[in-house]
Amino acid sequence: MDFELSEDRRMLRESLSRWLADRYPPDHRLKVAYDAPFHDPALWSELADLGVLLAMATEDAGGFGGSGFDISVIFEALGAALCPEPVLGALLVSRLLAAAGQDQSGLLDGSVRWALAVGEPDAPWSLDRIATQARGGRLTGRKALVYGGNDADRFLVVARDGDRLSVHEIAASDAEVVGFGTIDGGGAADVILSDTPARLVLDDAGKAIQSALDAGRLALCAEAVGVMDASFAALLDYLRQRKQFGRAIGEFQALQHRAADLAVEIEQARSITLLAASRLDGEGAARMVSMAKNLIGRVGRQVAEECTQMTGGIGVTWDYHPAHLTKRLVMIDHQLGDTDWHLQQVMAGIRA
Amino acid sequence: MDLNFTPEELAFRDEVRAFLRESLPLDISDAVRRGGELGADILSRFHALLNGRGWLGYVWPRDHGGTGWNAIQRHIFEEEMAAADCPRILPFGVNMLGPVLIKFGSEAQKSHYLPRILDGTDWWCQGYSEPGAGSDLASLRTRAVRDGDDWVLNGQKTWTTLGQYANRIFVLARTRADGKPQEGISFFLVDLDNPGIEMRPIRLLEGGHEVNEVFFTDARIPADALVGEENQGWTIAKYLLTHERTNIAGVGRSYRALAQLKDLARQTMRDGRPLIDDPLFAARLAEVEIDLEAMNILNLRMLDQAQKRGQPGAETSMLKIKGSVIRQEISDLARRVLGPAAAPFPGSAPDNLALLPEDAVNNAADYFNMRKMSIYGGSNEIQRNILTKAVLRL
Repeated sequence: MDFELSEDRRMLRESLSRWLADRYPPDHRLKVAYDAPFHDPALWSELADLGVLLAMATEDAGGFGGSGFDISVIFEALGAALCPEPVLGALLVSRLLAAAGQDQSGLLDGSVRWALAVGEPDAPWSLDRIATQARGGRLTGRKALVYGGNDADRFLVVARDGDRLSVHEIAASDAEVVGFGTIDGGGAADVILSDTPARLVLDDAGKAIQSALDAGRLALCAEAVGVMDASFAALLDYLRQRKQFGRAIGEFQALQHRAADLAVEIEQARSITLLAASRLDGEGAARMVSMAKNLIGRVGRQVAEECTQMTGGIGVTWDYHPAHLTKRLVMIDHQLGDTDWHLQQVMAGIRA
Repeated sequence: MDLNFTPEELAFRDEVRAFLRESLPLDISDAVRRGGELGADILSRFHALLNGRGWLGYVWPRDHGGTGWNAIQRHIFEEEMAAADCPRILPFGVNMLGPVLIKFGSEAQKSHYLPRILDGTDWWCQGYSEPGAGSDLASLRTRAVRDGDDWVLNGQKTWTTLGQYANRIFVLARTRADGKPQEGISFFLVDLDNPGIEMRPIRLLEGGHEVNEVFFTDARIPADALVGEENQGWTIAKYLLTHERTNIAGVGRSYRALAQLKDLARQTMRDGRPLIDDPLFAARLAEVEIDLEAMNILNLRMLDQAQKRGQPGAETSMLKIKGSVIRQEISDLARRVLGPAAAPFPGSAPDNLALLPEDAVNNAADYFNMRKMSIYGGSNEIQRNILTKAVLRL
């Protein structure tokens, strides 16, 4: 048993965190996250130059990492800085291209921006309900809330061919891409496909898609842990500084105990994320990831709402950076399966 | 980063597991699975079983008759005991007084008392809380006054767990009235056969007799009953409490209780289907299982820290809070599984009127009994105070 990060991962975390503090401070983030293209393309290139994308892929796929702990270290740092760059889409696509044994050098060096189009309006998270059809090298259907899709060059699209799921590549210019910004910063798109020409990347791809989504869910859990840490640190600052009735409000037990409860829950969230990272690519990974994403959803909402409540009026203002942290925490639950959806996955395992 | 046990730790686990599988008498594990009170006979026989193997002093160093195990080995040992339906090791002698004597006791106290804890000659109980001194322990009022070669004890202790079986009690008493309350307390070893000591049962909510109150009326105890220095008792008391918090998360016990609960929910039919297929019930079951999986890792992280720092930090308060709440949630579900069959008061109805599985007959009583978990050992509110001060630094 060893809960220390390896030397390599510690260096990765430190260089990424330093870069984020330097290049993505709250005021810059605020400037880019809510206006098209909802991220900073120049900083995307710098992020890739830093090796962050390479660290998410295995050596076989042309990277130098790719394990659960590589993913969690990266996303925890991104979360703490509330970075709006579309790294999640790159991770999901990278896992699928690796499963297909296809070249992804353009993805890993940041020169080609990719996004994964999987969820649909009526089937945001359940693969067995996907309706987009693949026929004769063409795709028809609608993909909803494709993260990073507003500024992607290429997409991988999950489609159905009878009972089988398959993965296809399309160029953004061949589809109708309706880009928009999200309420918590960053960009997304709905992708409308009607007889859109596509290249088959992976047939009979159910398992590979599940595995890619497991990695994406782990990434979101780790990102949430990073956001929680930043939120909680900001809350403690506030409780120490804000004075009412002649003393710091952190001296009031009504707030102390609630803050203590948050500390406990954040450590629980960190713990289950570690567990999910250690099990990624192993037996029972999907169930463990669902356990993690459910707990992250529950704790994320608690941390967000309590931090908002305890920071009073300032906590609901646009200019208070930690308010954006709470927004991201809540909205992570809308990505790749919410609290209830993941609880249902865990319940199915209990009944079995 | 590696969340797995080393091959050596796995071999140790297998050794413990094999011993318990081969040696734990069935009547003992059956009684533990059944829940409810365990009598002195079962608890003593279990101690003797471990002592015979040399494992009872599992938190003691080797040169005092202990195992010399590290924090991970102790954890594995506790988890395996829970998984095998062992009773708890009685903490008062083994986990609390033993480490105190090893650190603060005289040579005479160590050589006299430590072997007697292991061989079962002495059964210790705890004289800490008082009616007016619970969370605020330092306000205790039991007094020890020097009189010639003796100390004379007067006062009242309470919540003395399993005191009805004990022959000795360790007592915190006030030996100085002035100054800070913490600086006037001393730690005594008291023979319960002394005149002037009376133990009375306290009946708990579910009907059981687990705790007692102890009255001291001019009870004379010898000078060598003092541990450490006069007025050093608060330091000793705090040291003891850090050992009380060993295995505070109770992960193994909760895993075991959850497994029993799932079995029961599979067997229990409700409205034409097994209760485990009821989505509302299954959702609560799934949530508590998730919380427990997270706490297991949290517990291991803290063990790892304790191992590296040499002692547990204030973060163990997190384990106390979460561990008790999880265990209570499981006991709540285990009561609800029974439906109407939870209602009969033991003794007023024919035994197992509702033909429940044997393991389930005490589920309702256990639910009420488990309320204690968030109250004892420093209530969860006190744990939040500790976190506020030591971790959040508010």
